[in-house]
Amino acid sequence: MRKRALFGIATRSILRNKLRTLLTMLGIVIGVAAVIVMVALGQGAQAMIEKQIKGLGTNMLMIMAGSTSQGGVSQGAATFNRLTIPDAEKLARESTLLSAVSPVIFSRGQLIGGIGNWRTMIMGVAPSYQAIRDWPMQSGNFFTDADLRSVRRVVVLGSTVAKALFPDEDPVGQQLQLRNVPFTIIGVLAPKGQTAGGNDQDDTVIIPYTTAQAHLAGHSRIGQIIASTFSPSDLPAAQQEIRQIMRDAHKIAPGDDDDFTIRNQDDIAAAASGSTRVMSLLLAAIASISLVVGGIGIMNIMLVSVTERTREIGIRMAIGARGGDVLAQFLVESVVISVAGGLIGIVLGYLAGFALARATGWAVAMPPDAAVIAVLFSAAVGVFFGFYPARKAAALDPIQALRHE
Amino acid sequence: MNVATTTPPVIRLEGVTRVYSAGSNAVRALDGIDLAVARGELIAIMGASGSGKSTLMNILGCLDTPTAGRYELDGVPVNGLSRDELADLRSQKIGFVFQGFNLLARTTALENVELPLLYDRTGRFAGRASPAPEALRRVGLAARMHHVPSELSGGQQQRVAIARAIVTGPSLILADEPTGNLDSHTSIEIMALFQELNAQGITIVLVTHEPDIAQHAHRVVEMRDGRVLRDEPVAAPRDARRELASLGAAA
Repeated sequence: MRKRALFGIATRSILRNKLRTLLTMLGIVIGVAAVIVMVALGQGAQAMIEKQIKGLGTNMLMIMAGSTSQGGVSQGAATFNRLTIPDAEKLARESTLLSAVSPVIFSRGQLIGGIGNWRTMIMGVAPSYQAIRDWPMQSGNFFTDADLRSVRRVVVLGSTVAKALFPDEDPVGQQLQLRNVPFTIIGVLAPKGQTAGGNDQDDTVIIPYTTAQAHLAGHSRIGQIIASTFSPSDLPAAQQEIRQIMRDAHKIAPGDDDDFTIRNQDDIAAAASGSTRVMSLLLAAIASISLVVGGIGIMNIMLVSVTERTREIGIRMAIGARGGDVLAQFLVESVVISVAGGLIGIVLGYLAGFALARATGWAVAMPPDAAVIAVLFSAAVGVFFGFYPARKAAALDPIQALRHE
Repeated sequence: MNVATTTPPVIRLEGVTRVYSAGSNAVRALDGIDLAVARGELIAIMGASGSGKSTLMNILGCLDTPTAGRYELDGVPVNGLSRDELADLRSQKIGFVFQGFNLLARTTALENVELPLLYDRTGRFAGRASPAPEALRRVGLAARMHHVPSELSGGQQQRVAIARAIVTGPSLILADEPTGNLDSHTSIEIMALFQELNAQGITIVLVTHEPDIAQHAHRVVEMRDGRVLRDEPVAAPRDARRELASLGAAA
């Protein structure tokens, strides 16, 4: 049987029941559109996370206290050795591949100044922090080595804090109380946006780490050390070098595990995007349930169609159609319905994606291969759910079928 | 039956039996039928309902197979063929004409006639002009090619069905009560068409319960209770064309 004739028969019988076909298609249309939108949202979120992680800084490495695991058991906070200022100083002194090193002391506290008060994160860092994070100034300047050495009470504000406390004026030169200690504002950082985890990176104030030790925390324990290399290609070698220096600093015997963890941006990106990938997979899985429901709708209508056209099937068989010809005819019909539904669904999904992106400002990435997958998937749905009705048609007895009213 | 012995018959039935088993009791619809139809014959099978003529028709049409006995169609033994092989045999050797016309609705006359070509597996029609317009011309419907069945009269619909039956050049035309849904004048017109096609060499088996219609055949086979009651030639077959002429003159 000629293939073109098959499609001719299928499209003609589909067009004969326009409304019914349209309603049948609707399930597939909605299913495919939903999957496309969900995949687009998921990929958009992932792309945004990657962009944000790139925004952490250039060629950045992060050293944290504690090994992620020792012999399969997480040691975490129980690990005795912490990162210290001397660790950071030793790294800066001995490393050949690092362009900059800065300890980061994390603390939280109340700010008083400007029009009110504000609770925020306080970071004690070295002046090189600005270069490592690749964080430009909005106004004023970052503090210098001289400020660091002199333990000056100077502070650089994140843009969120600046906006909250000094909405109508430039805070540079103004005074501020940080945990009741007076500080002079010397600069405001440019906005950097949210982190992958959804935290506002601009909701922070930055002071010299020496000042932080002297006036705020009073201890030399630091949360992390961040560093940057001269070029991205140095990252693996630099990671090795840091490891050697740190093991030496912490006097770790050969064969013992590290009591610190070094992470680069890829590690951070992988951790952050892993959870969104799971989330978007979940969403797509839920959306694809509607594809299955759509497939059941097709099966239902095809069963009705076989019953309605029993006599036609009898005629075709009497004049020489094999069971296989009848099977092919009904299978092609259900595949044409489902693929047509799939194509409409793709268009609808893309339109909905763009509309969503425009209305909500969410990142929406339209994956080009999703369209191909959607078409193949809807064709598979058509074959799967069309097979049973088609087989039923093919198995009809021509004598009975011809007698059917 | 001298003709049948000299040339190979189109139909040869030997002791054909068909038993339907409905639950515990079995019904012998056909009970040892012997029948031969030679090439070029026009025969009528008659019988009351329940006589087994429909069952015989189904077996002759390769829609059903005998429970016992032999059936040869155009030299091909039909016994033991698979569903697909039976379908191919129907496609190549048989043209059906039904009482209710059985045309596809909302499909033009031409497309209806082209339908059997769709299922041809021999490839004998490939790469050639479609024989469908010629078949419609032979039944006198060349002008109505693009009409759908609902736009045609009963007689015209039956002509389309006959064109569909002859389009592949089959060895045998099986007509099951072809005039059952037609008025008497149209019935005679259809019989005239059958006689004309038969004169061109097509073998036709006609099932009917109307004696008047059966008298147009060369030979009448009468059935009762699954057996052949009578099988004799018609002494003076009626000429449908002449009947139409006299009817026209009377009017």
